[in-house]
Amino acid sequence: MAEMERETPTIGGLFKGFLLLGLTGFGGVLPLARHMVVEKHRWLTGAEFNELLSLCQFLPGGNIINLSVAIGLHFRGVAGAAAAITGLIAAPTVVVLALGMVYARFSHDPHVVHMFAGLAAAAAGLLISMALKLAMALRRSPFGIAVAVVIFAAIAGFHLPLVPIMLVAAPISIFLMMRVGA
Amino acid sequence: MNQTLVALALIFAQLSVVAFGGGNTTLPEMHRQVVDVHHWMTGADFAALYALAQAAPGPNMMVAPLIGWQVAGLAGMLVTTFAIFGPSSILTIIALRLWRRFRDKPWRAAVQAGLVPISVGLVAASATVIARTVDHDWIFVAITAVSTALLLRFRIHPLWMLAMGAAIGWTGFGQ
Repeated sequence: MAEMERETPTIGGLFKGFLLLGLTGFGGVLPLARHMVVEKHRWLTGAEFNELLSLCQFLPGGNIINLSVAIGLHFRGVAGAAAAITGLIAAPTVVVLALGMVYARFSHDPHVVHMFAGLAAAAAGLLISMALKLAMALRRSPFGIAVAVVIFAAIAGFHLPLVPIMLVAAPISIFLMMRVGA
Repeated sequence: MNQTLVALALIFAQLSVVAFGGGNTTLPEMHRQVVDVHHWMTGADFAALYALAQAAPGPNMMVAPLIGWQVAGLAGMLVTTFAIFGPSSILTIIALRLWRRFRDKPWRAAVQAGLVPISVGLVAASATVIARTVDHDWIFVAITAVSTALLLRFRIHPLWMLAMGAAIGWTGFGQ
């Protein structure tokens, strides 16, 4: 198939595109983001999208948040970046605040308390399954498993603060990966 | 009040720059600061707000504005939103300009690979923080176990698991 014509979004287009993405992306926004950027609007090719995504995965922060900033910046500079991230978080912010008000208003109703406890129990399941899926990437790496276990024990077991742990553990982990090869 | 806003800004800005692997890696630190250090809410409230943010559409860091709002109203929400998204966005803008210079360097792959085990440990710790707070009755342990198993075994949308957990919780069964 021939290379398709790509389009350069306006600042308003960036805001609108990411606003719709924020509204529709339940659970995982990333596949929908790819669909919107590459297939629907044709702002980027698949390869360009992958390259921006790998940069965003490399940086701290949510991948999709960073991706909105990177795409906005790519086309329209800092104003584009601001438009894209604002669009992305606008609708979810309104939704979580509405849900938060419901929780605050009814937080003494036993049914509501039980409902949120059940919701949180399921959310814990989401996190456990995510941790296990991520851990599969380490199955051939004894050093990787050791680092993951130490981090887990330090944070979940000993409740140590995250920032100093990261400052110590990140260089050690990166050094180990450089020595043994990823 | 102002002190609270400054504390919120510092906590969430720190989380923003160390959130390698996404928002779910920062939950234990967020919990430690908000519940244990500052006593702004109970562990049960924290778990409920996190779960609620997961049930909403959009990116998975939406718990930050929600906590800000819960602690200090509209001003708190604005502060935590800017603090959690601002610093990482600025890093993204800087990195995008340098990216072409370092994307093919071998150390880039090593840095990325070195951060993976840390993410794994942190997401597992996040799961423990939430599970420890809510799984005090057998029914909640069962909800956590069943949703974990189903998500590992099938390509099922996570929202169905949240809906199931909320529905079973609502009935009060087993509590």
